[in-house]
Amino acid sequence: MRWIVALVLAALLPLVAGEYYINLASQILIFAVFAASINLLLGYGGLPTLGHAAYLGIGAYVSALLQLKLGFGHLMAAPLAVLATTLMGCAFGLIALRATGLGFLMLTLALSQVLWGTAYRWVSMTDGDNGLRGLARPAPFGLDLNQAMPFYYFALIIGVLSIWLMARFVGSAFGATLKGARDQPRRMSALGYDVWLIRWITFVYASFWGAVSGLLFVYYHKYIHPVSLSLANSAEGLLAVIAGGSGTLAGPLVGAAIVLLLKNWASAYIERWNMLLGFVFVFIVVFMPEGVVPGVQRLWKRFVSRA
Amino acid sequence: MEALRIQSLKKAFGGLPAIADVSLRVEAGERRLIIGPNGAGKTTLFNLLTGDLPRDAGSIELFGLEVSRLATHARVHMGLARTYQIITLFPKDTLEHNVALSLLGLSRTRWNTFGRLPQRFLEEARTVLARVGLESVARRPIAEVAYGEKRRAEIAMALAQKPRVLLLDEPLAGLSREERAQVKTLIGGIPRETTVVMIEHDMDTALDMADRITVLHYGRVIVEGTRAEVVADPKTREVYLGH
Repeated sequence: MRWIVALVLAALLPLVAGEYYINLASQILIFAVFAASINLLLGYGGLPTLGHAAYLGIGAYVSALLQLKLGFGHLMAAPLAVLATTLMGCAFGLIALRATGLGFLMLTLALSQVLWGTAYRWVSMTDGDNGLRGLARPAPFGLDLNQAMPFYYFALIIGVLSIWLMARFVGSAFGATLKGARDQPRRMSALGYDVWLIRWITFVYASFWGAVSGLLFVYYHKYIHPVSLSLANSAEGLLAVIAGGSGTLAGPLVGAAIVLLLKNWASAYIERWNMLLGFVFVFIVVFMPEGVVPGVQRLWKRFVSRA
Repeated sequence: MEALRIQSLKKAFGGLPAIADVSLRVEAGERRLIIGPNGAGKTTLFNLLTGDLPRDAGSIELFGLEVSRLATHARVHMGLARTYQIITLFPKDTLEHNVALSLLGLSRTRWNTFGRLPQRFLEEARTVLARVGLESVARRPIAEVAYGEKRRAEIAMALAQKPRVLLLDEPLAGLSREERAQVKTLIGGIPRETTVVMIEHDMDTALDMADRITVLHYGRVIVEGTRAEVVADPKTREVYLGH
């Protein structure tokens, strides 16, 4: 029910908000898909990744390069970009999942840094620090997505579909085994589960949705720069999940909204907005260590029981 | 037919042999008790059998098939199940969910990434829990039930998989006399299609449950035989009973 209300409100937003806020809402949706894909690993798999920007960035770069270098249309470029990124996820998963915990964190970081460095240095392909320009948004069924409102609805449809499919994934029989592997991996092996394979499948699935967020990202900005592959981007996604509440469905959405609203609002008024972002995270971690969504639920329950 | 055949199994931790040299044969349908003082290598032996720990040397055969190179989950699919000395259930989940996870472990449905956990798993889980007398607490989280009930839930999870060989790691440890009687009845009721190998630290509590008994000491089998043979053997008295 709450989800339906949220969806109706999201659908009505362009009727009341100006172009600036519609665009901001589109960015939040894109970032929410990215954060939700991180949440699959962190929240449901217990695998802290610090390299998930790799999938957003490569999804975006492959789509852009296919258009610019090979002249592909969106209809071909989009599935190929998602496929290529997911295949990369298959290979990276083999490497990163040699460890869990801190080891996994460092391996994901290292792998994404390789790509970030390559995007910077391979100037003939990526135009390095200038980034790739001259990209166009797709026009599904002939609809022009260049205005804020139509793009918002496009992002909303893709975003809702993505998050619904990720919710089905964690709510499925497989999702139950994923949570089991997070809490008691040894026990799960003793019950007949191949814990490594469960994690690898989740890793690949998360890289698929990372690629989808990358497509939305490059469609929105019509531009791609190596910074989208950077550690900072991965860390922002991770922070959004932690701030919103990892292992909850709404957490990454709320976390994505917090990060982007702060970034956009605060940067308009103060120069050191990064510091403010830091303070907000410290506040959340101190007062709601489980994240905003579970934290507010806890406070609400306490309020109701007192009233 | 031998359910379990272990030959010259060895495992050392940093030069310290936990399992120095163990050879063991357990017939299908047998109830085998493995006893020994603390540090005798009992739990290490179980961990080697299940694959929780890799062996240093030796072979492990399950119904004539060599399994020592297989991963833990692969051995489970060959009919091996175990319980743990320290309870490792999923505390926030209900008993029925815990048992359903056990049932799901051997089902292809575990790879279904779209559909919910089918109701039939929860129904079957409730049937299994009813068999061990836990139907009244089936929908309560593990964290909220008594210790003895957790132990029975642990055994129920293993039994739900209808294993061919069941390894029970100190199933009676930490239980009150009443709870102990309940668990003993439960173990006594396991059908003979399942071979049971049980570790116990406390010799007296479990002797009457076994067909044959193996005494382990410093990672070696020092005595093996029927209850009468083992009790009568002076080596048992020396290392285990302490007189």
